[in-house]
Amino acid sequence: MLNRTADNVARATPEPLAKKIRGISDKGLAWLFISPTILLLLAINIFPLFWAIYLSFTNYRANRPNEAVKNLGLANYQRILGDQDIWIAMQTTAHFVFWTILLQTVIGFTLAWLIDRKFRGHAFWTTVILVPMMLSPAVVGNFWRFLYEPQIGLFSYVISFVTGIPPTNVQMLSNVEMAPWAIIIVDTWMWTPYVMLICLAGLRSIPEYIYEAAEVDRASNWRQFWSITLPMALPFIMLAVLFRGIENFKMFDMVNLLTGGGPGSTTEVASITLKRQAFESWRTGYSSAFAIILFVAVFGLANIYVKALNKVKQR
Amino acid sequence: MSLTTAHSVVAPSANSKRIAGVIIVAYALISIVPLLWIFATSFKTPPDSIAYPPKIVFQPSLEGYCNLFTTRTRQTPEYINSLGPATGVCDETVRKRNMVIAGPSNFVPRFVNSLIIAFGSTFCAVFLGTLSAYGFSRFKVPLADDLLFFILSTRFMPPIAVAIPIYLMYRELGLSDTALGMILLYTAVNVSLAVWLLKGFIDEIPREYEEAAMIDGYTRLQAFWRTVLPQATTGIAATAIFCLIFAWNEYAFAALLTSGTAQTAPPFIPTIIGEGGQDWPAVAAGTTIFLVPILVFTILLRNQLLRGITFGAVRK
Repeated sequence: MLNRTADNVARATPEPLAKKIRGISDKGLAWLFISPTILLLLAINIFPLFWAIYLSFTNYRANRPNEAVKNLGLANYQRILGDQDIWIAMQTTAHFVFWTILLQTVIGFTLAWLIDRKFRGHAFWTTVILVPMMLSPAVVGNFWRFLYEPQIGLFSYVISFVTGIPPTNVQMLSNVEMAPWAIIIVDTWMWTPYVMLICLAGLRSIPEYIYEAAEVDRASNWRQFWSITLPMALPFIMLAVLFRGIENFKMFDMVNLLTGGGPGSTTEVASITLKRQAFESWRTGYSSAFAIILFVAVFGLANIYVKALNKVKQR
Repeated sequence: MSLTTAHSVVAPSANSKRIAGVIIVAYALISIVPLLWIFATSFKTPPDSIAYPPKIVFQPSLEGYCNLFTTRTRQTPEYINSLGPATGVCDETVRKRNMVIAGPSNFVPRFVNSLIIAFGSTFCAVFLGTLSAYGFSRFKVPLADDLLFFILSTRFMPPIAVAIPIYLMYRELGLSDTALGMILLYTAVNVSLAVWLLKGFIDEIPREYEEAAMIDGYTRLQAFWRTVLPQATTGIAATAIFCLIFAWNEYAFAALLTSGTAQTAPPFIPTIIGEGGQDWPAVAAGTTIFLVPILVFTILLRNQLLRGITFGAVRK
């Protein structure tokens, strides 16, 4: 009731008057509303960030807080860039990010493309498919250790049943060859629905009349897919890829629980190395420098991401 | 040719629909097997849970749940026989394994921590987020785009990288292993999501409502309270659920910054061990209890999911 009257009044009010009423201490109110958020982020994100930058130039160790802190200049950064282990960790991360994104994009897009056919019950089954991505990667990842157990684990049992490999030989987590794939499988299982959901939005955003025009021009289904479906859904696919890229670049919880970086360091992604350096070897200064390098890398990705995001928004 | 037939040329054929349906249903069924397995395992006895081949049909037991909620000590059969009759299902189950219940386990306190921290941080994040989102949506804020990007960018920091200085800061401030410390941290992480999502929702509410309300004599604050907030309830509820799910599921910060009194369920559940290794039925029981709220929320949220996971970028 109020809304309708208000609406009519608003329409009847000349613009300058409306502006005048709106203008009273708006600026103050805006800052009053926004500043608590900014202050919180400054305290919990930015202040620690500057602290980490300071620490990255020192030899500080968090487990020896009373020891004299020495300024090392850029030595930590130089050591990181020359550290073989760090480069191996970056390669492991790149392998993980590349394969998870490739698998999730291909499977996710295919699923979206099939769901877009709108068969009976598609809404229900879509919700079922979406469930894994809402769950805690740590808690579910932990349970996958059980599924991966040789012999007694369901996953290992099914694999040995299907392939005929003796059940004791299906060792997903303790085998150097298989461990990286074990984490890729769990991540793909968990996050393919995420890519699927975004791709589905992309497919649904393609107007019907474009396909109708293509039909009139007698374009084949194959041709329609490559010249209409894929290019028009591409911004959405890109969005999903960037999102997953950033998330998996930071990957910690699932890998920490599944393999802890092992066996040896075969699944030691960047975040695991960081945790080992910072919270096990207590090389706080050194790991801060590594954290800053990672942050700069993610920030670069984030920049690209926000640009792509705005592009999708404009559609 | 009429327009409807032209349309039907484009629509997928009945056959292609059927094939698509079969593939999707197959994928959905396979992908929920691990979750069904968690549920099934929670009702197995420890020997059944590690049987080879894995048991699909088994005698359901509450042993997993009993083990989840209690700590037990091994006793001699003579001692157990000397006790009075069992006081409950768990007591009876445990005695069959030559054990007696020694006391409650840490699961309930950890679960309560999860609830306090998740709800506390969600409330703070949504409160701050609503105010900021309204500010960004309705006022000309200088450098608004830069501020919004700054707010979002804090979400891209790797949690371990943030945890190093937070660990030191909390140690200085006495916030280590406290619920307050975790609430502050999760609020900071979630507020970025809240601002972005809520800005989208508030942008969709026509400005004319507030303007009209103000012409009727409301102040800006009253207009915000009486006209914008009631219309943003769906958006606020959806945002709150997303924040809640994040805080509920979070593991990295919780594992590194809490160890005892403020520990949440995700770092606790993997540490549940029985005699001779991980007690999988108890872990499965804890996991089941932990996942059920999220399942409910996912079903409630299913139409807002897309928006939530893309920070409001894709609205369907």
